[in-house]
Amino acid sequence: MPEMMAYPPTRRRTETFSYLPQMTPEKVAKQIAYIIARGWNPAIEHTEPEKSFSNYWYLWKLPFFGTQSVEQVMAELEACHRANPGHHVRLIAYDNFAQSQGLAFVVYRAGGR
Amino acid sequence: MAAKTYQAGVKDYAKTNWTPDYVPLDTDLLAVFKVVAQPGVPREEAAAAVAAESSTGTWTTVWTDLLTDLEYYKGRAYRIEPVPGDANAFYAFVAYPLDLFEEGSVVNVLTSLVGNVFGFKAVRSLRLEDLRFPLAYVKTCGGPPNGIQVERDRLNKYGRPLLGCTIKPKLGLSAKNYGRAVYEALRGGLDFTKDDENVNSQPFMRWQHRFEFVMEAVKKAEAETGERKGHYLNVTAPTPEEMYKRAEFAKQLGAPIIMHDFLTAGFTANTGLANWCRENGMLLHVHRAMHAVIDRNPMHGIHFRVLAKCLRLSGGDHLHAGTVVGKLEGDREATLGWIDIMREPFVQENRRRGIFFDQDWGSMPGMFPVASGGIHVWHIPALVTIFGDDSVLQFGGGTLGHPWGNAAGAHANRVALEACVEARNQGRPVEREGREILSEAAKHSPELAVAMEIWKEVKFEFDVVDKLDMAKH
Repeated sequence: MPEMMAYPPTRRRTETFSYLPQMTPEKVAKQIAYIIARGWNPAIEHTEPEKSFSNYWYLWKLPFFGTQSVEQVMAELEACHRANPGHHVRLIAYDNFAQSQGLAFVVYRAGGR
Repeated sequence: MAAKTYQAGVKDYAKTNWTPDYVPLDTDLLAVFKVVAQPGVPREEAAAAVAAESSTGTWTTVWTDLLTDLEYYKGRAYRIEPVPGDANAFYAFVAYPLDLFEEGSVVNVLTSLVGNVFGFKAVRSLRLEDLRFPLAYVKTCGGPPNGIQVERDRLNKYGRPLLGCTIKPKLGLSAKNYGRAVYEALRGGLDFTKDDENVNSQPFMRWQHRFEFVMEAVKKAEAETGERKGHYLNVTAPTPEEMYKRAEFAKQLGAPIIMHDFLTAGFTANTGLANWCRENGMLLHVHRAMHAVIDRNPMHGIHFRVLAKCLRLSGGDHLHAGTVVGKLEGDREATLGWIDIMREPFVQENRRRGIFFDQDWGSMPGMFPVASGGIHVWHIPALVTIFGDDSVLQFGGGTLGHPWGNAAGAHANRVALEACVEARNQGRPVEREGREILSEAAKHSPELAVAMEIWKEVKFEFDVVDKLDMAKH
């Protein structure tokens, strides 16, 4: 058994997948493919990190209703990140049957961790 | 139609309450009982007796029977089926007219259906296996105060099961030390911590003190992580007045969620509290102490799927549902059956899962099933597969028993959960590849690596006592 480690001072997190290392583009693409396969609508939001506790982040364009293109969503995520380099950029999957989000996670974490 | 004449005496129940040609109405409340009759009592008579004694009948004819239309009010046994694998028992299906029951009262329904009849001498044992509530009745009940979708929106949790932990030792901690345990678990990555059901307001920790210290811990963990958190403050109390007082204080402190034990406190208290939660924007976690007394014996009592249905009508946002894989009882197919009952808008008859009737829930919200009891990181691949995203996975010992403490234990569970969800979304068979998925994730998390090491030997492989009725091979 390894020696006991002190748990470090608490870090800011961003909900789902924020305890895993930041995903590579290949891994992000797989999650987008899953969203599309489930029949959900991808959308993108972003915010200044200090405002991240709010329910309402800035919406990047409109949700990409009906898209079947993983590449399109990847390109939009990158465009949003380039336009807002200091922001969290979050991918959302709107599930219009559950009237909820089937998945949401921050793809670009401000600070890059 | 000729008027009836009065004849005193004892009649066979089957003459009035066994109606094999009856076609149940959409508005009837339907029940199926597993019956073992006394020797010499025909099945039709025993089934009719159950129908009569749980509705309008009594042991003898009374003259006042003729002052009403008992044909309209009586319960009808309309079908008998053999129980697979048991030559002594049979299923009796009974239809009850809607007007037998007060609107919005599972209390009234249960008082009739599982009242005196369970002590009735003509049957040796009796078990209520399933109920079909007509949609007309469902619509008179309040149901879950918030439901799964609203809870996800309130707490900003999407695309994964929620994570919780019961604070231990379950009795004896001071309020301040208890709050410490909460803070560590939440800052490490859990969404919720939970009062143990035994914790109400004992001399070692009065409820006010617990609520205050716990809410300081919740708020600090939220501020530091930037994530939304909660602790199920147990408001189960000796009287309804005291219960509401505790709920009001929780609200005043800004708590997002409170907790209640629906069987020991009773359905009246639970329904009232659910209504209070709906009016006050509070989530309600429901625990099920005493359920195994009622539901574990396969021959006598009430099946858990019936208790779960009644609770969904009475109101709760979470309900404990067993784990399949941990230290507590729970057959896999049967568990899948009752978690459907908790979550889905419409549940179809499915005997393979112990579901005897179609159940239409109308627009009533669903509840999160809670898997809790003897589970740890190694169980997460199976739990994600069995329960899916709309569930709460609770690791008590599996968080607090981590050799580096609660925060590290919480962190390990969160990493393991997220790794399994990510892998599942990639199309990987998570249950089969569990070891590989967790091992990959542990490369980035020493907390998970240590948790996997310490719990690698723990198994809970006892056969379940309450199995689905199956033909024996």
